[in-house]
Amino acid sequence: MSIISAQKPFETILGYIKANGEKKVFVTGCGQCATTCQSGGEAECQAMKEKLEAEGITVTGTAVFDPSCNLLKTKSEIKKMPGADEADAIVCLACGEGVQTLAQLVKKPVHPGLDSLFIGQTKRVGHFHEGCSVCGECELEWTGGVCPMTICAKGILNGPCGGAKDGKCEVSADKDCAWILIYNKLKEQNKLANMEPIREPKDYTKAMKPRSLVVGK
Amino acid sequence: MSLRDAFASGKFVVTSEMAPPKGTDIHEMIEKTKMVVGMVDGVNVTDMQSAVLRLTSLASCKIIKDVGVDPVFQITCRDRNRLAMQGELLSAAVMGIENVLVLTGDHPKAGDHPEAKPVFDFDSVSFIKMIKKLEAGEDMTGHKLEGAPKFCLGTSVTPKMDPLEPQVIKTKKKIEAGAEFFQTQGVYDMETMKTYMDACKDFLGDTKVLAGIIPLKSAGMAKFMNKNIPGISIPQSVIDRMAAATNAVEEGIKIAGEFIAELKDAGIVHGVHIMAIGAEENVPAIMRAGGLIK
Repeated sequence: MSIISAQKPFETILGYIKANGEKKVFVTGCGQCATTCQSGGEAECQAMKEKLEAEGITVTGTAVFDPSCNLLKTKSEIKKMPGADEADAIVCLACGEGVQTLAQLVKKPVHPGLDSLFIGQTKRVGHFHEGCSVCGECELEWTGGVCPMTICAKGILNGPCGGAKDGKCEVSADKDCAWILIYNKLKEQNKLANMEPIREPKDYTKAMKPRSLVVGK
Repeated sequence: MSLRDAFASGKFVVTSEMAPPKGTDIHEMIEKTKMVVGMVDGVNVTDMQSAVLRLTSLASCKIIKDVGVDPVFQITCRDRNRLAMQGELLSAAVMGIENVLVLTGDHPKAGDHPEAKPVFDFDSVSFIKMIKKLEAGEDMTGHKLEGAPKFCLGTSVTPKMDPLEPQVIKTKKKIEAGAEFFQTQGVYDMETMKTYMDACKDFLGDTKVLAGIIPLKSAGMAKFMNKNIPGISIPQSVIDRMAAATNAVEEGIKIAGEFIAELKDAGIVHGVHIMAIGAEENVPAIMRAGGLIK
């Protein structure tokens, strides 16, 4: 599992820096998800440094936190990072959690360098697909391991909508109809009866933002 | 006679469809409605079909009811959460709307506001269940209502799909939830209708089924629909007839009429739902071609 992310256009990131009149920035990445996604690992941080420098921005250093979203770990590590202190701002090549972690730890602006896209599975290097939308109450037990909340564009729980054509979803011919996947899997498992009970609407209090969890409480 | 009474009477029921205008000019909608007054048993008003912005279904229902037809208030799960859905249903009831047709709804991606947030707080099955609860005098969470609505409650089904079984299972759930009538996706051959009705025969009970009729306007339209519209399968023989016709629109009306007559004779459905898609003025001609009116 990874938070799948992609870099924002370089011009956008450069725009953030220029809008603030910043001359010196520190570039950070993440050793976990953003490294997997090739959006904010060591190589991408280095490339970002070079591109910024080519635009006349001084890059005071780079750091890849592992992971960027661990508040205490990042707190102790950023203090030791040479160059972090003297920068006017941080360009953070991590997901939204990574950016917010840093923003809680430093007073200077933290520019988000990535767009966080989804929680995804790595099919193979560089190929990521969404399968879980963290709805707060997992439905996978009765659906043959296919998430109707995520794989179905409408996130509906009581069977197919009638919008499938040749097994593909009405929103895109390259997306499978989740309910045909669920049907095929349940049929194979001799569990088609799972499709019969009327499933109640989701309880969205379970996905009320912002969510938090303290293990053991 | 209301749509509910028409179903109860055992007659071959005919409903037609009306797409509200994209804008405030309701003149054409009123004129097209006048053409079917006293002719059809109900006029189904679409809820921003294909996710294209239009006048709302509820306002349009009120307008055509005042013209003199029994409106069927179509409402999808696409644009409203459960609070808004229930509010719409209560509003429909106080406006004298007696029929509701619930749908999951097309995804906004397909329409003219693809950036819109898709709601889909729940689906058509849960929606039907919720309406039955309103009718019983309670909202979804069990709070008592001061006055309860009463509807003739329909939904849509798709008789042609590969695989068909998930659609059949869903049909069963819709009945269990409380659907009183179905209108189907457009159908063009008896075999499709028979196969679907046969698959549902064990649980259909008193549920009324209106076969969907979409008159063709050209062979090109038929080919386009086969390729792009889910649940549509137009036989090659029908496409050939359309291609050979000197007046394609008239041929489309004739084909629709013949199929309606065939369905009526076969006695396998309780009526038809004519979706003329922008050519509502052809509804009387289709009914005439089907031998339903003189």
